[in-house]
Amino acid sequence: MSEAVNQHTEVSYLEYKGRFKGLFAWIFSTDHKRIGLLYLYSMLVLFSVAALLGLAMKIELIAPGKTIMDAQTYNSFFTLHGITMIFLIVVPGLPAVFGNFFLPIMIGAKDVAFPKLNLLSWWIYIIGAFIALSAQFIGDGPPDTGWTFYAPYSFRTGTNMLPAVTGAFVLGFSSIATGINFIVTMHRMRAPGMTWMKMPLFPWALYGTSWIQVLATPIVGVTLLMIVLERTMQIGFFDPALGGDPILYQHLFWIYSHPAVYIMILPAMGVISEIIPTFARKTIFGYKAIVVSTLAIAFVGYFVWGHHMFTSGMSGTALYTFSILTFFVAIPSAIKIFNWVATLHKASIDIQTPFLWALCFLFVFMVGGLSGMVLGALSTNVHLHDTAFVVAHFHFIVFGGTGYAFFGAIHYWYPKMFGKMYDKSWANIGLAIFFTGFNILYLPMFYLGMTGMPRRYYDYVDEFHGPNIVSSLGALLMISGLIIIITNLVRSGKHGETAEADPWKGKTLEWTVASPPSLENFEEIPTVTKHPYGYE
Amino acid sequence: MNDHQVHIDEHRDDEGAKTGMWIFIFTELLLFGGLFIAYSVYRYLNPLAFHLAAEELDTTLGTINTVILLVSSMTIAMSISAIQYKNKKLTLILMGVTLLLALAFMVNKYFEWSGKISHGIYPGSMTLQEASRGELLFFGLYYAMTGLHALHIVIGMAFIGYVMYLVVKNEVQHDNFVILENSGLYWHLVDLIWIFLFPLFYLIT
Ligand code: HEM
Ligand SMILES: [Cu+2]
Repeated sequence: MSEAVNQHTEVSYLEYKGRFKGLFAWIFSTDHKRIGLLYLYSMLVLFSVAALLGLAMKIELIAPGKTIMDAQTYNSFFTLHGITMIFLIVVPGLPAVFGNFFLPIMIGAKDVAFPKLNLLSWWIYIIGAFIALSAQFIGDGPPDTGWTFYAPYSFRTGTNMLPAVTGAFVLGFSSIATGINFIVTMHRMRAPGMTWMKMPLFPWALYGTSWIQVLATPIVGVTLLMIVLERTMQIGFFDPALGGDPILYQHLFWIYSHPAVYIMILPAMGVISEIIPTFARKTIFGYKAIVVSTLAIAFVGYFVWGHHMFTSGMSGTALYTFSILTFFVAIPSAIKIFNWVATLHKASIDIQTPFLWALCFLFVFMVGGLSGMVLGALSTNVHLHDTAFVVAHFHFIVFGGTGYAFFGAIHYWYPKMFGKMYDKSWANIGLAIFFTGFNILYLPMFYLGMTGMPRRYYDYVDEFHGPNIVSSLGALLMISGLIIIITNLVRSGKHGETAEADPWKGKTLEWTVASPPSLENFEEIPTVTKHPYGYE
Repeated sequence: MNDHQVHIDEHRDDEGAKTGMWIFIFTELLLFGGLFIAYSVYRYLNPLAFHLAAEELDTTLGTINTVILLVSSMTIAMSISAIQYKNKKLTLILMGVTLLLALAFMVNKYFEWSGKISHGIYPGSMTLQEASRGELLFFGLYYAMTGLHALHIVIGMAFIGYVMYLVVKNEVQHDNFVILENSGLYWHLVDLIWIFLFPLFYLIT
């Protein structure tokens, strides 16, 4: 780049004109930023649909007996809700949207290592989504197994399982492609001077995540493939009538799906580790501890899958081992909490919307994590397994953790991505309503689970009525909050004020480039000499 | 502005491309890993039935296929040396031989499978329905694992065929052959998996 152009004459990636025009300039673009936005828009649509399904289920549960839908519809709703939320949103979510957009910029690169593979992974994502969702409309009725596809029901049920399972299988390839891409990008393309220990924490979190994506996804891939073969060719992998073992299915499924929960949460922790130092105007406390705990979570997370199967039938030794390992895996998460809180200690905090999201994250993540400990203990688990308590646990941690981090991230990086600032007061009002609704929705479910209400039923006995009313009203409130938040973000894309390059006084590399960034991010690849959060 | 587009597309990093391929190969191994776990669990649970069922398989055919794949791994490796010596013709010949060997493997596989099927041994067949649970599982795994492996052979063939086309068009040359190396790596993977499948199904009876 000898003919280096002035920053101000360089058009932004949003206005850049390439080979294609209109829509094609997006869906065939290999620019990591455009691909990030493609994922964002796809997920926004899917998330809205799945959230409305969730609301419909809560309305069904507002009173015992049939309220607005019958049992079979309810079953298909929680299945579709789960498949969409897990496989299409929280698993790919943060890496695909914010990882794609910001990873190259934060490590001082012009793009990811394999831009074409990156575009391909979005296409695989869309194709997988279509296959999975087609199950709703073709064949013998929507799937009703839940997102876990447990054998033997998943090949005995008359409903249309094949597309759902195949879709999830296809989505795995998208996840693997992104994982490989990010790992190679971080190994090969860090800016000169950016040693591993000078890399910001969001890229670090993506690094751990990518390894899990690469090493765990193939297992669920082959497991889903086995379900497909079982349904189409009567190979009895998991069907006891054909000699197979349904428990083996659960093992294989959770060998992936427990690490998958860390695919969901690690990038969220990365986002929080970016937001907190920026608004605390302070170097993150214990940078190394956060890095090491990220890697520790990625590693230990492989050995705890059995805690989903405490009641399925395992040897005593296996039970104790999985239980104690589950407790171990909570330690690195706790280390991070301490680091974040310690960063806030004696800081001169600038309270802004992204920071408020991070605070709310800390609260819900702790509730979720502590309830996880309750579930990880054998004696309590036997009582609570498959009850509303589990549903509350994972909503606090998946929606509470990953979801809050997602919204935190979008409020943090919005000015950089679109060059506009959203309306901050509406954003805060939305958050307040959302947060209140969230807690009213999910806290009663802990109580319901402890008193014995099972999950995945459209009906319940009268004793559970009271808390269910509270919970359902919470759902309505929460959805109202969501509507405010999303409307505000969409509206501000047009009407928002123009944002500066560094509205929050952040120190990482993405704040040194224009908002929105130019096609190649940097005119000149920067040389990094300092620690990423160099405030003092 | 178009110069910049070109600039991004031109970003070339052979080391990175190979790293990516290696990681991808790990994922492939893990994909088969799930089936290997299923195999070991069911073999452990049904030792006798697995023993009896394995005797039905034709060790000669299996051995021939093993040799074929090993030789093909050699020829593709040699083609990578050939391109470094700027010998385009030899490169193409060696790649062609690799493809022919792969084809021979598939033909062999075809005869092996159709032989089994004509004896009524296939998933869901009457014969198997009457067999023991263990035998049923053995043949289920046999078809699933060798079938998935055969699919990888086909993918590998397509990959090598595509690289051959690039060699013909001089897009792969002595100073720019990482994609040939990657197709070679992929082919070695296919070979490696067979090296595990062969003893599991044909040798340990
Ligand atoms: C402090 C760390 C954590 C511990 C100790 C923990 C423990 C557990 C246990 C023991 C269960 C099984 C409950 C049962 O079915 O009986 C469970 C379920 C679940 N957890 Fe966690 N967990 C932790 C963190 C997470 C994280 C970080 C996520 C995701 C971001 C997560 C997502 C889930 C999900 C989705 C389920 C339900 C799966 C299902 O059956 O549908 N957990 N957790
Ligand atoms: Cu788990």
